Amino acid sequence: MTRDEAFFEFLLRMGDNTLILGHRVSEWCGHSPVLEEDIALANTALDLIGQTQMWLGLAGEIEGKGRSADDLAYLRDAWDFRNVLLVERPNGDFGQTIMRQFLFDAWHSLMLGRLMQSSDTRVAEIAAKASKEAAYHLERSADLVVRLGDGTAESHARMQAALDDHWPYTGELFLSDAADKAVAEAGLAPDPASLKEEWDEMVTRVLTEATLAIPEGAYVHKGGKAGTHTEHLGYILAQMQWLQRAYPGATW
Amino acid sequence: MYAQMVKSTGKGIKSREEMTDEERQFQDRVDADEKIEPKDWMPEGYRKTLIRQIGQHAHSEIVGQLPEGNWITRAPTLERKAILLAKVQDEAGHGLYLYCAAETLGVSRDELMEKLHSGDMKYSSIFNYPTLNWADIGAVGWLVDGAAIMNQVPLQRTSYGPYSRAMIRICKEESFHQRQGYDIMMKMAFGTEDQKKMAQDALNRFWYPSLMMFGPSDKDSVHSAQSMAWKIKINTNDELRQKFVDQTVPQAEYLGLTVPDENLKWNEETGHYEFTEPDWSEFFEVIKGNGPCNKERLGARVKAWEDGAWVRDGLMAHAEKKAAKVAAE
Repeated sequence: MTRDEAFFEFLLRMGDNTLILGHRVSEWCGHSPVLEEDIALANTALDLIGQTQMWLGLAGEIEGKGRSADDLAYLRDAWDFRNVLLVERPNGDFGQTIMRQFLFDAWHSLMLGRLMQSSDTRVAEIAAKASKEAAYHLERSADLVVRLGDGTAESHARMQAALDDHWPYTGELFLSDAADKAVAEAGLAPDPASLKEEWDEMVTRVLTEATLAIPEGAYVHKGGKAGTHTEHLGYILAQMQWLQRAYPGATW
Repeated sequence: MYAQMVKSTGKGIKSREEMTDEERQFQDRVDADEKIEPKDWMPEGYRKTLIRQIGQHAHSEIVGQLPEGNWITRAPTLERKAILLAKVQDEAGHGLYLYCAAETLGVSRDELMEKLHSGDMKYSSIFNYPTLNWADIGAVGWLVDGAAIMNQVPLQRTSYGPYSRAMIRICKEESFHQRQGYDIMMKMAFGTEDQKKMAQDALNRFWYPSLMMFGPSDKDSVHSAQSMAWKIKINTNDELRQKFVDQTVPQAEYLGLTVPDENLKWNEETGHYEFTEPDWSEFFEVIKGNGPCNKERLGARVKAWEDGAWVRDGLMAHAEKKAAKVAAE
């Protein structure tokens, strides 16, 4: 694997994470528990889609085959998507959506913080912009996890169930493969494993305040980063890519 | 126009002689274009009519998220997706300002929500029509927001301060939305044959429902006369509808699209277009609940509210625990 191949792979992972999570969050539009949440969820989705444009735009540039961010988003099949499985998991109830968001935001903000030191200035610039948004996302999702975890008996039970469901999908965020090692060696991005300790600390602190129990058992569902996804991704893409696929060559 | 057929409670306008001193002073302030603020004295009818009107407008904004939200996950490019998300977020924000404006009149947001969910309060008839192809998202911006602006621009001068200020912010965003909608229409109308077909199909379906947004003719309505005297309604429905048609027909011509009205023609003498009135029996059916999407739209909002009850309860419980802790310290 050349340096640029690894770099491309890394950029797809960043962009596909934000694209697929943005898609999921946008499904809430008009259906959330309170008006303020409709606004906040749309805003989060909007940030994530904006970040996708930057990551996939740079990915196309590094690949050098003339593919735009839209080409990458709309014209790849599921096996070419590189997002972690966590972000494609269905929204479930509001608690599941917020818990998924929190677990991702905690990783995302750490990752972006480190990417601001990337040896590639384009990466550092995207990270600088995105990290401001991610910090806000984390503040909000952590706050909601605490308030709902330590709310009523029902909200507590729902948040605990959400945590138990999502937990086995968090390990994939910290797995390193050959591409991760190559970009880490080139100083482009941190080794994902190096974020684990800080993430554990951050997540433990919030979950403890939320009176939630961290699940035992270390089983990790993985595959997304290498293109082996859950059944859910196919449906997301069928919906997202439909117009581009049905009317090839049209401009919108 | 997001508030249709709002009934005032009065039985017509009182003459100055019939008014009490307070009513006379109030009317003088309105006539002098002074803004009425929440703590000022106001006739009970004014307050009630405004609650209905602002509440209906707020409900329209939040129900209006649904037909457009319907296309967010299928938007054809990342940029279109981002624009649509931003737009729908704006609509929810408009809902928020308007509920806040209504709250200054002594009604809570929860009370208004309950009235929406029980069917006691309505939202604009337009949101009971489906968005069936991508050009519909263009048509909603161009025609639906275009029609809304016709009504909302004059309402920036409405007599009630909080409503007027909300309307000023809303109008800025709405005119942006309208341009974005027209931009989609241009891409579609000047695109491939298939895209052109989508654009024409969208115009065919949204034309008459957009004309209905202004409500039936109200030139003889006592409710409208009272609202106009109070400056919470500035123009008659027919005036606004005519203005909308006059503005929109040349825009459709520029796009090379056909307005679905065989009787549409320019009248040199009046300086206005002549056009066919929408089918008002359809309008009344939609208002009654028989539109193509009434059940889905209201059902979606009720479901969101009911499914979200545990979240609202959880947040309240946490806030109470926290307050109790602070009090104990």
